Amino acid sequence: MSQKTTLLDLSPREATAAREIALRYGNRPDALLEILHDLQEHLGFVPEAALPALAKALNLSRAEVHGVVTFYHDYRREPAGRHVIKVCRAEACQSMGANELVGMIERYLKVKLGQTTADGAITVEAAYCLGNCALSPAMMVDEKLVGRVDAKKFEKIVAECRS
Amino acid sequence: MSKVYVPRDSAARSVGADEVAEALAKAGHEVIRNGSRGLLFLEPLVEVETKDGRIAYGPVTVEDVASLPLATGGAHKLRLGNIEDHPYLKNQERLTFARCGITDPVSVADYVQHGGFEGLKKALGLAGSAIVAEVTESGLRGRGGAGFPTGIKWKTVHDASADQKYVCCNADEGDSGTFADRMVMEGDPLMLIEGMTIAGVAVGATKGYVYIRSEYPDAIATMKEAIANAVAAKWLGANIQGTDKSFHLEVRRGAGAYICGEETAMLESLEGKRGTVRPKPPIPALEGLFGKPTVINNVLSFAAVPFILAKGGAAYKNYGMGRSRGTLPFQLAGNIRQGGLVEKAFGVTLRELVEGFGGGTFTGKPIRAIQVGGPLGAYVPASQLDMPMDYETFAAAQAMVGHGGIVVFDESVDMAAQARFAMEFCAIESCGKCTPCRIGSTRGVEVIDKIVAGEDRDANLDLLADLCQTMTDGSLCAMGGLTPMPVLSAIKHFPEDFDKPAKMAAE
Repeated sequence: MSQKTTLLDLSPREATAAREIALRYGNRPDALLEILHDLQEHLGFVPEAALPALAKALNLSRAEVHGVVTFYHDYRREPAGRHVIKVCRAEACQSMGANELVGMIERYLKVKLGQTTADGAITVEAAYCLGNCALSPAMMVDEKLVGRVDAKKFEKIVAECRS
Repeated sequence: MSKVYVPRDSAARSVGADEVAEALAKAGHEVIRNGSRGLLFLEPLVEVETKDGRIAYGPVTVEDVASLPLATGGAHKLRLGNIEDHPYLKNQERLTFARCGITDPVSVADYVQHGGFEGLKKALGLAGSAIVAEVTESGLRGRGGAGFPTGIKWKTVHDASADQKYVCCNADEGDSGTFADRMVMEGDPLMLIEGMTIAGVAVGATKGYVYIRSEYPDAIATMKEAIANAVAAKWLGANIQGTDKSFHLEVRRGAGAYICGEETAMLESLEGKRGTVRPKPPIPALEGLFGKPTVINNVLSFAAVPFILAKGGAAYKNYGMGRSRGTLPFQLAGNIRQGGLVEKAFGVTLRELVEGFGGGTFTGKPIRAIQVGGPLGAYVPASQLDMPMDYETFAAAQAMVGHGGIVVFDESVDMAAQARFAMEFCAIESCGKCTPCRIGSTRGVEVIDKIVAGEDRDANLDLLADLCQTMTDGSLCAMGGLTPMPVLSAIKHFPEDFDKPAKMAAE
């Protein structure tokens, strides 16, 4: 199979990053999820331009790589805000008012779940269980879990994200 | 200064354990970051070592730190006494969680000092078939939810001949209301490593993977640290403890797909592919990861194994009721006053767990419904609180024990909304491979909306029942197959919530 090189040439930074990370995993196709996680940590998202290089390095078709990127919720196709807040919407948190909390958050930040605030500080997303079900409602601020979230706690989190 | 313990468990950290630990260190104390005892309603729980044992205070805030009498373990408004005597802990039967909260989770020395690796030591001197026999004797059934006998699964892989076999741990704990896997990985990860290594030795597998969901960054980091420490101490890797047995273990991150908790979707994901479900047969025990014979078990199944090998299958089997043998670490969650982890033998009633240990609802209002076994489990009404936790009893009541997650709802819950959410969740998380699940879930949301709106109510209830039957019988895996369970249980036990327009019209 011949890979066109146009996209590679147009976006050397993304392609180089993809190749370097793939190499760290010995170009093993089974490590694709790990590679995509690392790529996202490095670039902030998984750019379209990195996919052909990745496919070539792992000896996969571009369709296969595209299929994986689009299947998993974690991989972003475009950059997020400086901080990502994941609000748990699953049953245990619902029993402690998660739906009301989501409504409050959307009004407070003037965004819907899945969107980024106008100042680019915060992206809010839904999560379905963060494993903190005894201390609901829960959210995750970047990689830090927060339990027993209420309006006061949330306002403090937002202020920290914006500072 | 005093030797104090502050959990590094992410639930404890979620309510300020890091800040408390920092304040204690600044005050000159020796701070050890242990696992959590599982009394999550008391986190951050600070313990101080005294001549009378470990005296606990909780829940502690940074502001409380200065006033804690840590030199003596003396009186304070947050003092709980010797934590081992706390009724929440004392009334449990901790076989799997015996060490969690006591030790530094990643310290091999701590682990060995508290009985760790006794099971593996024994296993290294046994034939694979003898290890499998011990696990079979214990009566252990898969703790991920399906309850399949672990010994039979291991025997199938043991008896298969192949150039390579694998052991995979399903740590994609996506069910709402469950956190026991996370607590094992963050609080006693060496136990999971030991259990998986025993499985490897038993079936002749030299390579293992722990598939951990990406929502658990702390568990991922702690597991990796524990694996490195186990390798350094020669309890893992090539020629374990100088024997001819080798087992290599690797952590793999999930990427936010609930379906990857289904074992064949997890295998696809471990192979770097989309997490779509594989049809069975072939069963993974014969054709699993990369087409090779593979043991797949849940974290809690592997975590039960070191005890079984160390103390014998019969010792484990002595706990439990009927065909549900041993203990299950139950997770009390949702609207509950004293949420946390309670390990008890099967046979404990839902009431003993929710009212006894849990102390009723957090809001203080009456309990209305309890979802047991995750988002695919039934909503149990308060009238069935006396059911014993047992796979067969729950199955007979069209419910399931699952992974032991127990989510309590008070009287404010709208059960039609919960039924709708079950379908909505299935629509979001379906892998899309089979039609009943992919399409049925979306149609399910629509039909429930019509029922709630009072549109052709009876006809649409029939349609929903028919749809649920199709999903149950026609789905490839438990995602589509069990989504009807919460839906139908909500309709059966709480019909009034599906009949609001009629009720309003009557008033």
